Amino acid sequence: MSAMNPIRRTAIRAAAAFTAALVLPLRALAAWNKEAFQAKTAAEALKSLGIASSTESKDVVIDAPQIAENGAVVPIEITSNVPNTKSISIVIEKNPFPLTAKFDFAEGAVPFVKVNVKLGESSFVRVLAEAGGKFYSASKEVKVTIGGCGG
Amino acid sequence: MRGLSLLGADAETDMAEPMKIRATLKGDLCDVRVLMVHPMETGLRKDSSGAVVPAHFIQEMTVKINGKLMVDGQISQAVSRNPVFSFRLKGVKAGDKLEIAWLDSKGERSQTEAAIA
Repeated sequence: MSAMNPIRRTAIRAAAAFTAALVLPLRALAAWNKEAFQAKTAAEALKSLGIASSTESKDVVIDAPQIAENGAVVPIEITSNVPNTKSISIVIEKNPFPLTAKFDFAEGAVPFVKVNVKLGESSFVRVLAEAGGKFYSASKEVKVTIGGCGG
Repeated sequence: MRGLSLLGADAETDMAEPMKIRATLKGDLCDVRVLMVHPMETGLRKDSSGAVVPAHFIQEMTVKINGKLMVDGQISQAVSRNPVFSFRLKGVKAGDKLEIAWLDSKGERSQTEAAIA
């Protein structure tokens, strides 16, 4: 049994419910992870995402051009064949803010995404797939002729 | 014709412009492709006078089928201008309601619905 004052507990619960009612309609379910997205290095971004370690896996497939003429629009297609993949995160290691996207997939959504991204310079694109509380990764280098973050 | 092309230019910068969604059903697998009209300013770019263009980019996006959340995405300013995404959803049938929404760094939002054909 909890020793907590029941009145106080009720008050806390009511306050929490009130806050949730205020905040929930304004937000998507997973709020933007400011700390992770503002991280300046891939290592910091991964730490902010709670990714302490990952295993390289051939089941994480990255389809991206080897050479991108225009860094402003680089198509990247990702498929995770790791069973029960719950999320896919994209990290562009040399970009000023490396974390580019994180997608959470509910049951019924294929752990697949295709998106156009910007590369400031040639960089490894690292993808982390989350399944069963573990992270599986793959990397692919994309060489950029004209960077996508300047003008 | 000139009037028409000016209208087109205006529409391109209008935040309220609806997304363009294409959903293709093959069996029960639905290919969803969406184009969102957004400048996706990084906050690192300078304009012609040398002034930094403030950051303004989509941060959150959701894909729902019949109100059920299927994909919950968070993105950065490194997603290209006028973002294009493709997703794949299983167990979808004709007539299902597809809803895609985004929220950007200034609190602006957009939502578009489409019926799966």
